Amino acid sequence: MTLSVDIRHCQGDFRIEASFTGSGRLTALFGPSGSGKSTLINLIAGLIRPEEGRIEVDGKVLVDTKAGIFLPCHRRRIGMVFQDARLFPHMSVRSNLLYGRWFTPAAERYMDMDAIVDLLGIGALLERKPAGLSGGEKQRVAIGRALLSSPRLLLMDEPLASLDEARKAEIMPYIERLRDEMKIPIVYVSHSVAEVARLASDVVVLAQGKVTASGPVAGILRRLDLLPAGERGEGGALVEAVVLRHDDAFSMTVLGSAAGEIRVPGMNIAVGDPVRLRIRARDVMIATEPPTGLSALNILPGKVASIAYGDGAESEVCIDCNGVSVISRITQQSRQTLGLRPGLSVFAVVKTVSFDETSTGKGMREAHL
Amino acid sequence: MDWLLDLTPDEWTAVRLSVKVATVAMLASVPPGILIAYALARGRFWGKTLLNGIVHLPLVLPPVVTGYLLLLAFGRRGPVGAFLAEHFGIVFSFRWTGAALACGVMGFPLMVRAIRLSIESVDRKLEAAAGTLGAGPLWVFSTVTLPLILPGIIAGAILSFAKAMGEFGATITFVSNIPGETQTLPSAIYTFTQVPGGDEGALRLTLISIIISMLALVASEVLARRLGKRMDVE
Repeated sequence: MTLSVDIRHCQGDFRIEASFTGSGRLTALFGPSGSGKSTLINLIAGLIRPEEGRIEVDGKVLVDTKAGIFLPCHRRRIGMVFQDARLFPHMSVRSNLLYGRWFTPAAERYMDMDAIVDLLGIGALLERKPAGLSGGEKQRVAIGRALLSSPRLLLMDEPLASLDEARKAEIMPYIERLRDEMKIPIVYVSHSVAEVARLASDVVVLAQGKVTASGPVAGILRRLDLLPAGERGEGGALVEAVVLRHDDAFSMTVLGSAAGEIRVPGMNIAVGDPVRLRIRARDVMIATEPPTGLSALNILPGKVASIAYGDGAESEVCIDCNGVSVISRITQQSRQTLGLRPGLSVFAVVKTVSFDETSTGKGMREAHL
Repeated sequence: MDWLLDLTPDEWTAVRLSVKVATVAMLASVPPGILIAYALARGRFWGKTLLNGIVHLPLVLPPVVTGYLLLLAFGRRGPVGAFLAEHFGIVFSFRWTGAALACGVMGFPLMVRAIRLSIESVDRKLEAAAGTLGAGPLWVFSTVTLPLILPGIIAGAILSFAKAMGEFGATITFVSNIPGETQTLPSAIYTFTQVPGGDEGALRLTLISIIISMLALVASEVLARRLGKRMDVE
C-alpha cells in the first residue's frame, strides 16, 4: 500500500499544509492535540473536502483539486474507526457489524465475519445492543464494523483516547493482531508515544498543521526533540527482541536482542515470539566502567555514538550497543563529569522495573503485505 | 355505557367520518412533513425563512382565514382546485377529501415541528460513520436517520391526528357542514348545540371525541416507549 497526501486546507483559523507518503503496515499520524491529525484523517476519509491538494491510495486518486476530482466518502472504501465508537444505537451488534457489507460488491468482500468476530473476541456480544456495551467492547465492535466493509485502508482516529488505562490494555493486543494478521494497511492517529511505539511501523509527525518528520518508528522516537513537550519523557529507543526464556523464580522474562540479554518483568508472550521494547531515554543511566554492587539488572556495553545538547540541564546521549541505538537522557553535569565524547566505551544501565506494560508489546512479525 | 354507544345513525356517521378524515389527513401529511422538516433542519437555501413562515401560518392565522384561503385556492373555481379536478378528477370542495385537506393543513405545522426537532437531535457523526462504511446519502437517510427520528415522526403524526379530530373552523369554512360528507365530530357537536334538545347528543359526541383522543395519545405513548426500548439511545 502506498498512501500519498499533499494537502493545503484551512479550517477556521487553523491552516494545515501536509505532504507525506506512507507505505507502512501501520503508519501513525503523531502529534499533540491541535496539530491537525484528525483533520488530516478526515480529509483522507472524505469527510472534509480539501481546498487544495491531492490524495492517492495505491494509485487510485481520491482527491485532486486541480483535476476536479473528489470521490465522495462512501465510494472510497476506506474504513474508519472513530474515537467515540459511533455504533448505530438502533441496531444490534450483529447488524452494526454487517452494515458495511451491504455496500461492498460481493467480489470485493475479502473479510470474513467469523474470522473478524473471532479475532476481536466479540462473539458473545452479537445479539446485544450498543448501549449495553462497555467502552472497550464498543471500540472492538467499531473496529470489526469497519473491517467488515472490506476497506482498502483502515483509518483509526485515536481509538483508545476515550478509554481508561485498563481498557486501553484490553484493546491494544487486538490492534497488534490486526496489524500482524490482517492484510490491511492502517493509518493510526495518536498523541501517545506509548501507543505509537507499540503499534506503529512508520510515523508521520505533525505540529501545527505541518509535517515535521516522517519515517520508520524507531528513528522517530529516539529524536526526543520531535516529540510533543509533554510526551518527551516517554521517548527513547525501540529495540526489536525475542523472548528467550521465562524466569519463573523471579517472575521475569529474558529477552534476547542484538544489544544483549534484557530482563523485563514477566510477560505473557511465548518463547520465541518477537517483542518490541521501548527503553525510555530517562530510564537509561550511563557508566564508564562495568558497574558493581548495583541493583540494576540490565547492563549493556556500547560506545557513545553522538551527543545532543538540549537547551536546559539535559543532554541526550546516543549509545551504539552492537548496532542497537540506546538513548540516554542525562544532565549536562553528569556528561561533563564522566567526560563523555563520541567513541568512548560505556555501559548503558537500565532497571528491569522501569519496563511496564506500556513499554513492552508484541513485536511485528515479518511483513506479509 | 349503553347510553354512550346508543348513537343515532347520523351520529355514527359523524364519528366514522371524523376518524376517516383524521387518519387520511395524518397519513397524507407524513411524507411531505418529513421532507419539509428535513429541508428546514438541514437545508441551507434561499427562502428558508419564508418556507418556515408559510408552514407555520395555519398555526397563527384564524382557522377561518385558512379555510377561506383553501376555498380560494382549492375550490371548484380556484386555480389549484380547477387544475386538479380537470386533470386528475380530484375534487376537494364540499367533499370529505376537502375536510381531510383542511385538517391536514391545520395539523401540518405541529407535525413539521416535531419531526424537525428530532432531525436536529440526530447525531450527524453517526451519519458520517455510515458514509465511511459505504452508504450513499439516500441509504444513510433510510437506514440511519429515518429509524432514529421515528419517535419524532410518530409524535408528529399523533399531534396531527389529534388536531384533525378537533379541527372545526377551517373545515366548516372550506367544505361546510354537510351530514355524511363533511360533518365531522366538532361540526356535529356544533350543530347539536344550535338546535333545541340537542344537549344529549352533543354530550355523547363530546365524550366519544374525548375517548378517541385519549386512545390516540395512549397509543402514541405505548409506541414511543416500545421504540425507545428498542433503541436505547445513550
